[in-house]
Amino acid sequence: MILRFFIVLIFYSFNANATDVQERILTNGLKVLVKEQHRSPVVVSQIWYKVGSSYEPAGITGISHMLEHMMFKGTDNHPAGQFSKIIAENGGRENAFTGRDYTAYFQTLEKSRLAISFELEADRMQNLHLLASELKKELQVVMEERRMRTEDKPRAKLQEYLMAMAYTNSAYRNPVIGWPEDIENYQVDDLQAWYKKWYAPNNATLIVVGNVQAEEVFKLAQQYFSKIPQVAIKPLKPQKEMQQVGVRRMTIKLPAKVPYILMAYKVPSLNVIEHTWEAYALDVLAGVLDGGDSARLATRLQRGQKIATSVGAGYDLGGRLEELFLFEATPVAGKSLLDMELALKKEIRILQQELISDKELERVKAQVLASSVYEQDSLFYQAMKLGMYETVGLGWQTSENYMQKITQVTAEQVRLVAKKYLIESHLSIAYLDPQSMLANSKSGASYAH
Amino acid sequence: MRIKLWILSALFITASTQVWAIAPIQHWQSSQGGRVYFVASPGLPMVDIRMQFNAGSARDDKSHGIAVLTNRLLETGAGLWNADQVAERFDQVGAQYSNSVNQDYAYLQLRSLTQDKLLSQALATFEVIAAKPQFEESNFQRIKSQLLMELKQQQERPGNIAKKEFYQALYGQHPYAHLSAGSIETVSKLTLVDIKKFYQEYYVSNNAILVIVGDLTKTQAHKIAEKLYAKLSIGQKAKALVSVQLPKNGQKKHINFPSSQTHILAGLPVLSRTDKDYFPLYVGNYILGGGGLVSILFNEIREKRGLAYSAYSYFSPLAEKGPFTIGLQTQNKQRKVATEVLQKTVQDFIATGPSETELIAAKKNLTGGFVLRFDNNRKLMNYVSMIAFYQLPLDYLETFQGKVAQVSKKDIQSAFQARVQKNLLQIISVGGVSEQ
Repeated sequence: MILRFFIVLIFYSFNANATDVQERILTNGLKVLVKEQHRSPVVVSQIWYKVGSSYEPAGITGISHMLEHMMFKGTDNHPAGQFSKIIAENGGRENAFTGRDYTAYFQTLEKSRLAISFELEADRMQNLHLLASELKKELQVVMEERRMRTEDKPRAKLQEYLMAMAYTNSAYRNPVIGWPEDIENYQVDDLQAWYKKWYAPNNATLIVVGNVQAEEVFKLAQQYFSKIPQVAIKPLKPQKEMQQVGVRRMTIKLPAKVPYILMAYKVPSLNVIEHTWEAYALDVLAGVLDGGDSARLATRLQRGQKIATSVGAGYDLGGRLEELFLFEATPVAGKSLLDMELALKKEIRILQQELISDKELERVKAQVLASSVYEQDSLFYQAMKLGMYETVGLGWQTSENYMQKITQVTAEQVRLVAKKYLIESHLSIAYLDPQSMLANSKSGASYAH
Repeated sequence: MRIKLWILSALFITASTQVWAIAPIQHWQSSQGGRVYFVASPGLPMVDIRMQFNAGSARDDKSHGIAVLTNRLLETGAGLWNADQVAERFDQVGAQYSNSVNQDYAYLQLRSLTQDKLLSQALATFEVIAAKPQFEESNFQRIKSQLLMELKQQQERPGNIAKKEFYQALYGQHPYAHLSAGSIETVSKLTLVDIKKFYQEYYVSNNAILVIVGDLTKTQAHKIAEKLYAKLSIGQKAKALVSVQLPKNGQKKHINFPSSQTHILAGLPVLSRTDKDYFPLYVGNYILGGGGLVSILFNEIREKRGLAYSAYSYFSPLAEKGPFTIGLQTQNKQRKVATEVLQKTVQDFIATGPSETELIAAKKNLTGGFVLRFDNNRKLMNYVSMIAFYQLPLDYLETFQGKVAQVSKKDIQSAFQARVQKNLLQIISVGGVSEQ
């Protein structure tokens, strides 16, 4: 009762508050998206390039991420470090991130200072200095980043190995940061070629969310970006993932204290799925399992059967290529990883055989609807969402329709996708088998005053 | 009590001159005497509500971890509802419940839509979580074993081990000396009786603040505050913490660990929330190691030498002297050189202070980016809770820019010299054997 009422209310409030995205494409192909949000005197500007680790051939994995680091190393007009100095002196926050399908740069500024960001981003889109001396140091920084993010984290390492096992030929098998030996052997020429190939206005999307007037932003974009020439972008080779024909398993032995299991079913993303409703149904399925503390995994495996100390499931429909539907868990003391695996599979079987309840379906929808309001509290997140959808090829409009698509999903559809996609022969499983933490190290402490 | 921030738009000439006012913090006491802080933030039909208690891990006494375990148990059954029902009642209406503990405080927080029926259900649940937790035995055992497993997992992480040693080195016998989650040894010994006692002593209205930020009228906020405080016991305000004694000597300690990187932390206890040196130290730290990609430490460690991915420093102001922390991670064989560069950079900064250019750049950042500090409800909530909990002036945000502007090079230099005594620095490293 309360739930039906809820959905009506939220649609109302959402429509009353959402602002439309406005789009303009410059003659050189740069797509500019603006979402006006006038709650605070702040603007977020993000530029997204269609290039990431899934674009990289063997031998230079991680080069998109390396180039992202080098983008702070100066141009003809602004020597190394000056970009960041200018943004800082304008009270801005900035950084960049690289994913499988994108490389993005962002600044958050007081709203009158948007032009500063445009001037600097336009400059480094075409005039980047790639110097061997800078690369030599930055390689070390990225190696340290890899040690910090992956090498010394047993679960991150397990995830890296699992990806490489789960995918046969898809470029998603490589880590975004790259394999260590590839990182150590990048040459300036490699980076130069990568920069030339992908950094162009017709391979980018500029997204501005905040307290601005769209028309003014378009003018400003025209002023700073329109002179940058187009580049002919060669389409990527398809690299469609080979069909998986049986379960894949591995055990990772690393110095660690706590066992862990990761299970990955290969499933399509919205971009490559046969029927688009299936991707939204998979998303609802993830919500039924792990959307909040009342979802099935927490209710049944943590509280009910008390078999897991932590447990989760997730699906990201926004990938460019075939995705993974993931389950992860840590068993309670006294239960094995096999016990955990069987308990997770039992939950999957139930989803394939029985319809989820109306209550569960309504709950997931209510959460999605509420989130659509909450997420408007963050300018950054709103820009992220547009950038992600646009850059993987779904188009930003798809992100605006997300909520509506979710509300159309039925219980039967959820059962159908569970049956069609969460199947044993498309599964990869990794166990973390903790080894002694004393290996390769003398234990104990030494003092010096 | 409100300042008007005039932003003259140079670029958007067609746009009219904008006036941006910080929404004022409204403050009152509930009829029961509970402190309430409210900021109206219209535009989105949502609200954030936080009840924060002076019940952080500094109150653990010898039962390290009890503050955290108590805080986590609240949602596992309250009033007439068991853990499943509590979770359902929030999820059904799209509400989000969260909770957290640090050394000084523990809080529970609700994010909800503001439509009457939805907010009422979320609030009714939130109220009993705060005031009528069930503290039932099997839930206690479950949450306790979860915490124990977390503590075990933390032993996999060199950064965590370094942090634990660092706090111990800085604080010795002071209640800030242990990490909030406690240790396997201490958590194993906790009983439900201890938890109930801890709750009864600290989760009381005289020891609480309530902060509401969102799309509500003052009348609505008033009603919510009355209801939330009505169910709580009145109780006593927690006693003030003892003051922090500085370590007697500087120390360097290394712990061997099977990792590819060595995590290095250096620092000492320095800053309280109401410290007279707050602004010189804050601005100075921005220059030394706080300013993201432009600080001196970032430049010396990463940009010039490629020694680490992250190199930083920060003050964590607490009720009593909170830690000043300088940190980096580097591959094991570079441990010595990285530690040397870190120490030299800090020593030089303490000796000579910032340059005029660096100071001007810092002030430009801190004032030019002022509006970014509270540009959404989540950030506002954090600011208002801080102001409320530490009883800072309600115009803290309004006067922030003026105070930053007043800081001189000499202020920074003398504050750092007096407060960051280099001969007392505690330097902890955790990692593999250095080959040097």
